[in-house]
Amino acid sequence: MLKKTFTALTLGAALFAGQAMAADYAIDKQGQHAFVNFKISHLGYSWIYGTFKDFDGSFSFDAARPEASKVNVTLKTASVDTNHAERDKHLRSGDFLNVDKHPTATFTSTRVESTGEGTANITGDLTLNGVTKPVVIAAKFLGEGKDPWGGYRAGFEGTANIKMKDFGIKMDLGPQSENVELILTVEGVRK
Amino acid sequence: MQWRNSSRNYGLTSILLHWGVALTVVGLFALGLWMRGLNYYSQWYRTAPDIHKSVGLILLAVMVLRLVWRWLSPPPAALPTHTPLVRLASTAGHLTLYAGLFVVMLSGYLISTADGRPISVFGWFEVPALVTGIPRQEDLAGDVHFYAAWALVILAALHALAAFKHHFIDRDDTLRRMFGRAKY
Ligand code: HEM
Repeated sequence: MLKKTFTALTLGAALFAGQAMAADYAIDKQGQHAFVNFKISHLGYSWIYGTFKDFDGSFSFDAARPEASKVNVTLKTASVDTNHAERDKHLRSGDFLNVDKHPTATFTSTRVESTGEGTANITGDLTLNGVTKPVVIAAKFLGEGKDPWGGYRAGFEGTANIKMKDFGIKMDLGPQSENVELILTVEGVRK
Repeated sequence: MQWRNSSRNYGLTSILLHWGVALTVVGLFALGLWMRGLNYYSQWYRTAPDIHKSVGLILLAVMVLRLVWRWLSPPPAALPTHTPLVRLASTAGHLTLYAGLFVVMLSGYLISTADGRPISVFGWFEVPALVTGIPRQEDLAGDVHFYAAWALVILAALHALAAFKHHFIDRDDTLRRMFGRAKY
C-alpha cells in the first residue's frame, strides 16, 4: 500500500517535472528565422524552388521528452514566391492554391515519434486548398540555447512530401511533378 | 482613296487603323482566354502567351500612333441626321473604347513586368519594366486585365450593333464611311 502510493507519487513527480520542462516557443517571425520552402520537379530535369513568405506559429518542446512536443503553423497561401510574377500568379489561381477561396493553410501536429538521436517523425493534419490530410514531417533537432540578446531559442529542420492531387490541386504538370517536397526550418523563441 | 480623313469620309490611314485594331482586339481576347486553359505539355503553352504579349504591345504602340493621327487628321464631322443625343452617346462610347483599350493593354503589361522582367516582343526587342513592387501587382493587374478585357469586348460589340443600326435601320453613312464610301 505504502509502496504503491510511493510509486504513484514519484511517477506523478516525474511527469510533473517533465511537464514543467517542456517550454513553449513562438516561431521567430519578427527576425524571420524560419522558412517554409518547397521544391518541385520541372519536367524531371531540374527543380523549381519556392517559398511562403508569410506564416506564423508556435511549438512546445522538451529535449528530454520529444514525444510530448507540439507544433502549430498557419500560413498565408498568397505569400507564395517562386521569383517569377507570372508563375506566382498562376500558383495563386484556381489551378493550384486557390488563394482567394483558401487564403490560409495550417499544420497541427497530432503525434511525435522519436526516430533516433535528435530526429523525430512529426505527424499532423495539413490543411491546404481546403483539404485536410495527415502528413509526416521528418524532423531534426538542430540545437537550443541562449541567444546573445537575452532570449532562449530552439531550432529544427524538416522535410515532408505531399502529393498535389491529394490536396485537390488540379494542375497537371506531368508524372515527374506530382509531388512537392516541403523543406522547413523553424527557429522558436521561448515565450 | 486618300490617306487623310476628309469632312465626309474616313481616309485610308484611319480605316486601316480602325479595322486593324478591331481585328487585333478580338484576336487577343480569344487568344487570352484560350491560352489560360492550355495543358502544360501543349506546344502552345509558352508560345501563345509570348504572341499575346508581343502583339498586345505592338497594339499599344499602334494605339498611340492612332491618337496622334486623330490629332493630325481629325475624323469627319458627325452626320447632320445625328441628333445631339446620338452624338453625345457616340462620343462617350468612343472615348470609353479608347480608355478601355489602354486600361487592358497597360494592365497586361503590369502583369508580366511585376517582378521587373522586361517583355520580349517576338525576340526583336525588349520593353523594360517601369512599374514594379505594388503589393501582389501581378494579381491586381491580372484582375483588372480580365474584367477590363471583358468590358472592352462587350462595349465593342455594342459599338458594332450601333453601327449596324445606323446602316440597316437609319440607312445613313455611319458605317459606310468607315470604308471610305459615304454615299450622301
Ligand atoms: C486589347 C488588348 C488585349 C486584350 C483584349 C487582352 C485580353 C486578354 C484576356 C481575355 C486574357 C485572359 C485573362 C484571364 O483569363 O485571366 C488575357 C491574359 C493575359 N494578357 Fe492580355 N489582352 C490584351 C493585351 C495584352 C497586353 C498588351 C499584354 C502584355 C503586354 C497582355 C498580357 C496578358 C497576360 C500576361 C495574360 C495572362 C494572365 C494570366 O495568365 O494570368 N495582354 N488577355
